Amino acid sequence: MSFVFYILAALTVAGGLAAILLKNTVHCALALTVAFAGLALLFLELDAQFAGFAQILVYIGAVAILVVFAILLTKGSETPTGGVFSKLWPVGLMIAAAVFAVLGWAVLQTAPMLPKAAPAPVVTVQQIGQALVGRYVLPLEIIAVLLTAAMIGAVIIAIHEKEEKR
Amino acid sequence: MTPLSGYLLVAALLFSIGLAGALTRRNAILVLIGIELMLNAANLNLIAFWRYGPHPELLTGMMFAIFSIAVAAAEAAVGLGLVIQIHRHAKTTDLDAMNRMKG
Repeated sequence: MSFVFYILAALTVAGGLAAILLKNTVHCALALTVAFAGLALLFLELDAQFAGFAQILVYIGAVAILVVFAILLTKGSETPTGGVFSKLWPVGLMIAAAVFAVLGWAVLQTAPMLPKAAPAPVVTVQQIGQALVGRYVLPLEIIAVLLTAAMIGAVIIAIHEKEEKR
Repeated sequence: MTPLSGYLLVAALLFSIGLAGALTRRNAILVLIGIELMLNAANLNLIAFWRYGPHPELLTGMMFAIFSIAVAAAEAAVGLGLVIQIHRHAKTTDLDAMNRMKG
């Protein structure tokens, strides 16, 4: 376990915690961006350069901006009067803690069986491109159809209908 | 502790944080943020297993993570479009206030 890993893990977890604990929704979106950046750096630390840069482009470049747009369009930055947490928040917290307990227990139980340090794989973008249009061409086509359908669907859902047209 | 179990623990912690956010926050956008955190935690698991697995040259885990990123982007676009439309209709994004299925 390297020193860099601990720094990146602390950054990511702190960003995630801040994203769900802060009161102001815009601050939550900024903390979410920090968590995404920490995850991208963890991907780079894992020698997955392509996935790391895809994470930066898609999440920091697109999803975080979309979240900020949605917050500003829905006046979500105003703190509600009844607090930011739901009435049943202890139940949700207990479920999340139970899930973490089970996952952490499973990871620690299987830790001796997990593979030790492996040599860093050398993966070029050319190899990824050839895999995308060779072995994984069907998922690639399905993703293309899904993204087109999602784009059209999002526009149709969010389009502003005039009252008299209904 | 092996490096792989460290990454798995971070992913488990991030997943639980996202789940807690999705279950406890009242704002619908914050629930979507929690779901994004959970998807990202799953991606971290995929990349970590790809890196320390037996055949990284086959790129299986990496491809899965890349497709998962694309699906998450589509999910975010449709989800936030739905939130904007619900806000236009019900004038709120507070999930505790949305207690009717009838428009």
